[in-house]
Amino acid sequence: MTQIAPNAAPNAKAPTDQTVGPWKEAWRSFRKNKIAVVGAIIVVFFILLAFIGPLIVSQGINEQQLSQRLQAPSAEHWFGTDDFGRDIFSRVVHGARLSLMVGFLSVIGSVIVGSLLGIIAGYYGRFVDTVISRLFDIILAFPSILLAIAIVSILGPSLKNALIAIGIINIPNFGRLIRSKVLSVKQEEYITAAKAIGMSDKRLLFSHVLPNSMTPVIVQGTLAIASAIIEAAALGFLGLGAQAPQPEWGKMLADARIYLINAPWTMIFPGLAIMLTVLGFNLMGDGLRDALDPKMKN
Amino acid sequence: MLRYIGRRLLQLIPVLLGMTFIVFLIIRAIPGDPAQVILGQQATKEAVAALRASLGLDNPWYIQYFHYLGDLITGDLGESMRTKTPVADELWPYLAATLELSLCAMILAVIIGVNAGIISAWFQNSWFDYAAMIIALIGVSMPIFWLGLMGQWIFGIQLDFLPTSGREDPRNPVNPITSLYLIDTLIQGRFDQFIVVLQHLILPALALATIPMAIIARMTRSSMLEVMRSDYVRTARSKGQKMFFVVYKHALKNAIIPVLTVIGLQTGLLLGGAILTETIFSWPGIGRYIYDAIGFRDYPVIQSGILIVAFIFIMINLVVDILYSIIDPRIKYN
Repeated sequence: MTQIAPNAAPNAKAPTDQTVGPWKEAWRSFRKNKIAVVGAIIVVFFILLAFIGPLIVSQGINEQQLSQRLQAPSAEHWFGTDDFGRDIFSRVVHGARLSLMVGFLSVIGSVIVGSLLGIIAGYYGRFVDTVISRLFDIILAFPSILLAIAIVSILGPSLKNALIAIGIINIPNFGRLIRSKVLSVKQEEYITAAKAIGMSDKRLLFSHVLPNSMTPVIVQGTLAIASAIIEAAALGFLGLGAQAPQPEWGKMLADARIYLINAPWTMIFPGLAIMLTVLGFNLMGDGLRDALDPKMKN
Repeated sequence: MLRYIGRRLLQLIPVLLGMTFIVFLIIRAIPGDPAQVILGQQATKEAVAALRASLGLDNPWYIQYFHYLGDLITGDLGESMRTKTPVADELWPYLAATLELSLCAMILAVIIGVNAGIISAWFQNSWFDYAAMIIALIGVSMPIFWLGLMGQWIFGIQLDFLPTSGREDPRNPVNPITSLYLIDTLIQGRFDQFIVVLQHLILPALALATIPMAIIARMTRSSMLEVMRSDYVRTARSKGQKMFFVVYKHALKNAIIPVLTVIGLQTGLLLGGAILTETIFSWPGIGRYIYDAIGFRDYPVIQSGILIVAFIFIMINLVVDILYSIIDPRIKYN
């Protein structure tokens, strides 16, 4: 008997390995993907920058030192100064907060509204589905930045309105995703069983259908934050998003245009910040897609 | 095939109606009195009333919408409040400038993107593959407006190599026939102007092409890798066919279908990107036309500009869908 015990132990361990949860498995797979980890590090860096960066920079974002106008990068001003003598490093650091805020909030808004519409369309089908799906088609019929411009031209230029516009243009992407997921989930046996025991539609939708449809939303959401940051910067660049003196990266680029010859650093650093943040979210999103839902690849 | 095209055209009707309704809302949804907002707080009551009447804002919204649709069907896109010219009359030169820019950008993106993707797949895990895919990764994340500014700074200012704004040499303007300057200069045999126009095109077209180029390269690579592992490619190789022939003739034919989807999607998105590129390079296209109109609160121009671009976007997507069935007869549209 004593000889059997050591052999039994590995056998007993085997089922534990098989019962590793899907999230843990996804995390393992994500960790192995070096490029995705680099992306996650970039994202965490910019999130930290957004939270604690403004506390550690020496100069205020709107603190003007006219004697220090258009100074090249130096030990005192790491990224140089702009035409008002404001420290570009301080402004880029503060800009991280604005860009990430727009990215996260607009995507959260799109996810909430898109999921609601998608779940209603997918679950109830028929006429409701036709109306909602056509609405998505119409919104998707516009190039996204153009629709954002149209919405901002109605609401008026501001960062808040840019956030709303970006939120609206992304709704159909999440709506369609959730709709198609709901269509497949609602065929599952556990949904039929839940229906059979008389579970209400509301509880069924929010306790069972929605949680089981969330994987692609997490992936799409991460990638959508990247495009939301670019779209917000684009609107800021066109003068339709953040307004002076907000240190939004796109607006900073627009202001830097006239100093391209004399002070190119006013343009280089805000643009680099946008590119790195977007790259981080894209790499992380790709990694999440491979880890959570390999079928979505391509 | 004809039945499929007919059905797709019918399906477009509700989308087009919805699209025109959203564009129609651009003026009507302005908070407060749109006429007052357009003219500003200083405007007299008479001027506001006159604008309200000319825009038809006194009627119920559904009457306004039917009038708007009626006008669109007869080709009336409204009148620019800035130039007092019908939008339909002044639109073409702007549209032609955008088409020329977008087309050149797309040609660049397809030629470079598809070939980079093919070579990356062919020499998988080589230094070329790694370099191309890292560049593509960065390219996808590149804000087009920053890329444009960097291009202006490096090639226009530092190297003084290419013009950084406009479409032509203002001292030697092109005599427009089609408003597509590359074609116009060729028709007129003005090769000196052709070179100048081409030089003006390079920076904006490259800036506009970067993102689609990166996406096309990545898509081509993954699609080619999949096809290259298939049996028929192995058979062609074992029959002794040259690798170049196998890759470009056999593998590419099957790998190109998903790439075509991406090309179609990206062509439409180029039109959105054009508004940013045109702003940076002072390119007198439809994006710039809309951008200037926003500054002047010229709402009829904003409406019509957005409508035209969205219409072209939808049409491109339709053409791409139809092209699938021609390229891949296995696809049946039922």
